[in-house]
Amino acid sequence: METIDTITIDYQHYLTASEIAAIEHEASIMETREAAGIEALKVVQNHRGWVSDDSLYAISDLLAMPVAQLEGVATFYNLIYRQAVGEHVIHLCDSIACHLTDMNGVLEAIKQHLQIDYGQTTQDGKFTLLSNACLGGCDKAPVMMIGSMHYEQLTPDRAVEILQQLANQELPS
Amino acid sequence: MNDAFVSSSICPLTQWADVRQPLDFDGYCQHGGYQGAKSALLEHSPNEVLELVKNSGLKGRGGAGFPTGMKWSFVPMFDANDGNAPENKYLVANADEMEPGTFKDRLLLEGIPHQLVEAMIIAAFTIGANKAYIFLRGEYHLAAKRLQQAINEAYQHNWLGDKIQGSTFSLELYVHSSAGRYICGEETALINALEGKRANPRAKPPFPQVAGLFGKPTIVNNVETLSNLPHILKNGVDWFQAIAPESDAGSKIYGACGRVKIPGLWELPMGATLREVLFDHAGGMQDGLTFRGLLPGGASTDFLVAEHLDTPMDYDSIAKVGSRLGTGGLIVLDNKNCPVAMVLNLMRFFAQESCGWCTPCRDGTPWAVEILTRIENGHGKVEDLDSLNKLCDFMWIGKTHCALAPGAVEPLRSALKYFHDDFLEHIEHGCCHYNPTSVAKRTHVATAALKSQSRAMQGGQ
Ligand SMILES: Cc1cc2nc3c(=O)[nH]c(=O)nc-3n(C[C@H](O)[C@H](O)[C@H](O)COP(=O)(O)O)c2cc1C
Ligand code: SF4
Repeated sequence: METIDTITIDYQHYLTASEIAAIEHEASIMETREAAGIEALKVVQNHRGWVSDDSLYAISDLLAMPVAQLEGVATFYNLIYRQAVGEHVIHLCDSIACHLTDMNGVLEAIKQHLQIDYGQTTQDGKFTLLSNACLGGCDKAPVMMIGSMHYEQLTPDRAVEILQQLANQELPS
Repeated sequence: MNDAFVSSSICPLTQWADVRQPLDFDGYCQHGGYQGAKSALLEHSPNEVLELVKNSGLKGRGGAGFPTGMKWSFVPMFDANDGNAPENKYLVANADEMEPGTFKDRLLLEGIPHQLVEAMIIAAFTIGANKAYIFLRGEYHLAAKRLQQAINEAYQHNWLGDKIQGSTFSLELYVHSSAGRYICGEETALINALEGKRANPRAKPPFPQVAGLFGKPTIVNNVETLSNLPHILKNGVDWFQAIAPESDAGSKIYGACGRVKIPGLWELPMGATLREVLFDHAGGMQDGLTFRGLLPGGASTDFLVAEHLDTPMDYDSIAKVGSRLGTGGLIVLDNKNCPVAMVLNLMRFFAQESCGWCTPCRDGTPWAVEILTRIENGHGKVEDLDSLNKLCDFMWIGKTHCALAPGAVEPLRSALKYFHDDFLEHIEHGCCHYNPTSVAKRTHVATAALKSQSRAMQGGQ
């Protein structure tokens, strides 16, 4: 594994100007720089898909906070990915309303369609499957979230259909 | 007064809420918007607003039902004669809504964002906070967008920013969107999260009202609680209490999910009965299903069953029958879903979301998951029920820093009481009767055992 020089690291080298600008904006509305930590992680994740070790060191440097503390924050949250993920991350709600309305059938259909289990990514790098705590769509259960979209009132067929549509979509370059 | 300026006395909070297309600034003003804030800022002193809120009887809608006015009164107020009270204070709207089965705040956030902005102006003015945050769960993307729009509009019209509407009061309001962790909804964990720390709760005292965000006095209130303020200011305390004369004051957004005919949300006078919500509004159970029980206010409340259906859904009445009003969202169990599997699902959630600080919670919740899994899969023993009961004691109030662990206990202990026979049946029959695969497996195992037994007997001949 490549070792990272954390003493003389130059964060400018890792973060883009627009990432830095977004993070600085967050830092400016909080009382302390470290309070922008979670936002900074999200900014970088939005740009790069996930938060690598390099990104983590770079952010901690930019916010002048210990990297261990930032890692403690990063790993605390369900929506910060500390491993590479697919192009689309499927967050299937597995909380009680979805459980009662048979999210299990939806889960099985997704697993079978993508040939992956929770925590895995498809070979073509298109999809990662994760569970999610209650998505707040209990009256329209079962629900899954992909990106910022919430897909509600799922059936096994409809879930697979949505994934097929996403797989065929061209990424805006 | 223009009719549109008078709040509906049945559903003031949601009357103008529209999740497809929320009111913009002008639309909101046409329906009486910002009149409450105007009244607070231009006609009242902070102390007078505080008295109004105290007298209204408004209680927190975030789960605990603590009287809002009383909570605010613990904030040290700046007094011109006594320069000691801190000038920096904070107000936070708790929009972390992650309690399974709860989706009421989402309606207010997506459907009428200006109402929350107005409410926060009133609350911040009262406690003397010049900075306020909306702590929003990361999954509510649409709400984030709409709140930001509303905030931008409010700045444009000088309802936020410096010297609001010519008064001496200034307020900056920000949206902080979180990244998905249930414990962030607990108010002291929320404060740690806002400070950029790992979001474990804090030991109390000191209470946040005195030393909260960045060490300064901080008030954390639920979105629904706050949303009542413009209406109380506009229409007065008597009006507010008259909404529900027999019960706690005001309205409540009730919900229902599970396999009911019409899952959804309804704002009703506080104290509607469980039966009204379940049958008149949610339409009762879906065809072919019968009612088994329900959690009256989200995942961390005790089960109630048929004999409780005539209980009014207010804080005291629900407490009297052994549960909590919580968030007011019913989670309904039908006769074809397994109660053991339901409790297992809930306990898995709590085990996953435990922050890990207190041993009874960190170790107790996964342990309960292990035992419940065993029972659900047909490998349970009768002694397991004792262990579960003991765990309920270990994790009860007073043994942990926050209410997550006691919340996890509530559905479990009540399920052990009301669905005792189901637990026993799982243990005695070695399978789950609600699950055909489990029964088939069990039958298969039984047949195989019989076969090998008879083979052994034949071999023995
Ligand atoms: C584990 C846990 C999660 C909580 N989540 C929320 C939440 O998402 N939203 C909320 O308003 N209150 C939540 N609460 C309650 C808050 O700690 C706090 O009591 C509430 O925000 C106070 O607001 P209120 O007085 O207006 O009800 C949670 C409490 C616990 C113990
Ligand atoms: S009870 Fe659980 S969630 Fe609450 S502080 Fe203790 S370990 Fe954390």
